[in-house]
Amino acid sequence: MLKTFPKGGVHPAEKKLSASRPIEVLPLPEQVSIPIAQHIGTPATPVVAKGDSVRVGQLIAKSNGFVSANIHSSVSGVVESLDPILDSSGYKKPAITIKIEGDEWMEGIDRTADVKKEISLSAEELIVKINEAGIVGLGGATFPSHVKLAVPKGKKVDVLIINGVECEPYLTSDHRLMLEKADELMVGIMVLKKVLGAERALIGIENNKRDAIAHLKNVSTGYPGIEVYPLRVKYPQGGEKQLIKALIKREVPSGGLPIDVGTVVHNVGTTLAVYEAVQKGKPLVERIVTITGKGVKNPGNYLVRIGTPISKLIEAAGGLPEDVGKVVNGGPMMGKTINSVEAPVTKGTSGVILFPSKESLRGEAQPSCIRCGKCVAACPMGLEPYLLNQLAQRRLYDRMEPERVVDCMECGSCSFACPANLPLLDYIRLGKAEVFAMIRARKS
Amino acid sequence: MNKLLVVSPSPHTHSGESTSRLMYNVVLALAPALAVTLFYFGMGALVVTLISITSCLLFEYLIQKFLLKVKPTISDGSALVTGLILAFNLPSNLPWWIVVIGAIIAIGVGKMSFGGLGNNPFNPALVGRVFLLISFPVHMTSWPLPIESRMSYINAVTGATPLAIVKEGLGKGDTMSVISEQIPSHMQLFMGTMGGSLGEIAAFALIIGFVWLLVTKVITWHIPVSIFTTIVAFTGILWLINPQANADPLFHLLTGGVMLGAIFMATDYVTSPMHPKGMWIFGVGIGLITVIIRVWGAYPEGISFAILIMNAFVPLINRYVKPKRFGEEVKKNG
Ligand code: SF4
Ligand code: SF4
Repeated sequence: MLKTFPKGGVHPAEKKLSASRPIEVLPLPEQVSIPIAQHIGTPATPVVAKGDSVRVGQLIAKSNGFVSANIHSSVSGVVESLDPILDSSGYKKPAITIKIEGDEWMEGIDRTADVKKEISLSAEELIVKINEAGIVGLGGATFPSHVKLAVPKGKKVDVLIINGVECEPYLTSDHRLMLEKADELMVGIMVLKKVLGAERALIGIENNKRDAIAHLKNVSTGYPGIEVYPLRVKYPQGGEKQLIKALIKREVPSGGLPIDVGTVVHNVGTTLAVYEAVQKGKPLVERIVTITGKGVKNPGNYLVRIGTPISKLIEAAGGLPEDVGKVVNGGPMMGKTINSVEAPVTKGTSGVILFPSKESLRGEAQPSCIRCGKCVAACPMGLEPYLLNQLAQRRLYDRMEPERVVDCMECGSCSFACPANLPLLDYIRLGKAEVFAMIRARKS
Repeated sequence: MNKLLVVSPSPHTHSGESTSRLMYNVVLALAPALAVTLFYFGMGALVVTLISITSCLLFEYLIQKFLLKVKPTISDGSALVTGLILAFNLPSNLPWWIVVIGAIIAIGVGKMSFGGLGNNPFNPALVGRVFLLISFPVHMTSWPLPIESRMSYINAVTGATPLAIVKEGLGKGDTMSVISEQIPSHMQLFMGTMGGSLGEIAAFALIIGFVWLLVTKVITWHIPVSIFTTIVAFTGILWLINPQANADPLFHLLTGGVMLGAIFMATDYVTSPMHPKGMWIFGVGIGLITVIIRVWGAYPEGISFAILIMNAFVPLINRYVKPKRFGEEVKKNG
């Protein structure tokens, strides 16, 4: 019996159309727009001005506080403006727009394909490097990585968990990365282990990626203390708490962090970025993005410079299909819709999915909840979505707090499972925001 | 490329599960039992079933369209299920107009007066059945004999149910060894050759339906299994204490409405708890009440009452019995 998390979960159709497509380098666009807030936390502060020449890897916005991240230029050229642009959410956000000239990289960045295995820096120096490189969680959460690596006094990390689950349908960038960059990934894991002082590292991969499991099992024999675990396919196994539970049977307490149970989780993409930062001197300026969807001519996986318009990615995949109703940034379960394809790829863009119009609108919701309990059975956090939905609709927000709405990870399993097609998560989100506001008000 | 795109919150995909798909799977699960009852009770079963289904659908349509003035939802299949289950709870020789009254009560009082599907606290079919049992006790407790009465409807040959025979016998002070000569064997009980409501008799057919409901994930096993376990355990203890004064547990499991009730009525979504912990409390309660009524109560059978009584506790169970939350047990270490 394969490991998995015990409570809740659903199994959406996998639709990994681009799984067999090797990673290709996306040609450079004419210009990029790099938002200064691509991470959770305080936006970075720009350190360039209009008209400045920049090179690839040059710092263009500086991290602003502990929970923040540096931003580097992903291209070489001239800063054209610091004006806000429409980002993928449709809001104007401050960004640095650079007109591309050539492809000049900063000195000290090793762009060869050689795998540098020996880790010469100390744990403290490694953290500094990771911090400088502007690395954030590339699985989509975009939480600054150095924060997760700073183990608070009195806590210990005995197991490092590497997330190669990729439980969202359609997405394949992590899958390809594990197949094509296995050695780099392993060195990245060794770096993280050293930083955290963890003896063991466990890589969790869902069993629909058998080639990646076999390959990593094979490669990992050359590295001490790294184990690969196949997991039963179940969404949302890529959720930190679910993955920890599945692999080491520890349960992160409500409101707590993985570190409270002696572990830290990093995504495979983030781990690769860590390798490149510390071993090759390369800051986070590009990432692997899956472009896929029904009707997409050539679904594939591309290495994309941060700030590239999503439209360029769509062009590379054969252009926008005739019939597109919705474009999603991320996976179909947790991704966000994009209202313009001119929005830039950011550090958190794991994939872009195009949906035909027919699949873009939700099915009609039925008049009432039939109390089937399928949402309760689906909820990985042990909540009662039907009840939270009801309470939010009736604005009984104070009753939602004891029902633990703040534990909701917004995985969407409840809405997915509901036979009455009720927009459960929409209302739960609303209630969650209200409850957080209540809690903040109480604290201040 | 400047076409308007749909902007909506996640998730962007759905399981494809729907209320009507669930309901039609319940209908499919009831099909084996329906086939058996048509074979055993023939004419009568056919007439009662058709009248029950038609009147349930009709009343739901009329009430929604003309009284509540909402879009009728009879295509969701829930009225069809109520119609079938109501019929399954009636004797096959019940006059057609009583069936119609049962349907009005089930749909009108049991379901629509509370606001329709999803809001009714009691199983609508059972509301209909219990109303009829109280209003027409004679009609509701005359049981055609299987096979013999296949070609007749109102004038079918009737007899007592095994449960009634046992109750009466024990009441007279007979021992089980004497009584067991008058009741069918366990195998016959399993195959359903006994008197009873038209859909409750054939355990094997209802169990096939149970398997179908589990395979299609319409229900989980918790409620039926907790009811069965409780009934077997409770009657088992009584039987071990005095096998001459108590029927054996298997007899209790195979007679009356236990199979039909546990598999198809106690599992009604709307009127049962939402998660396993609550389901166990609910199922154990039904099992206990059923046995208490059967052994000490005035009626030979008690599962309908047991389900209705536990239906009343469901809001309370849902309010106070919570699923185990993720991260609940561990204390934060810092
Ligand atoms: S979105 Fe929230 S409530 Fe819904 S299943 Fe996920 S964790 Fe549970
Ligand atoms: S899944 Fe939908 S219909 Fe079923 S209980 Fe939850 S909210 Fe109600």
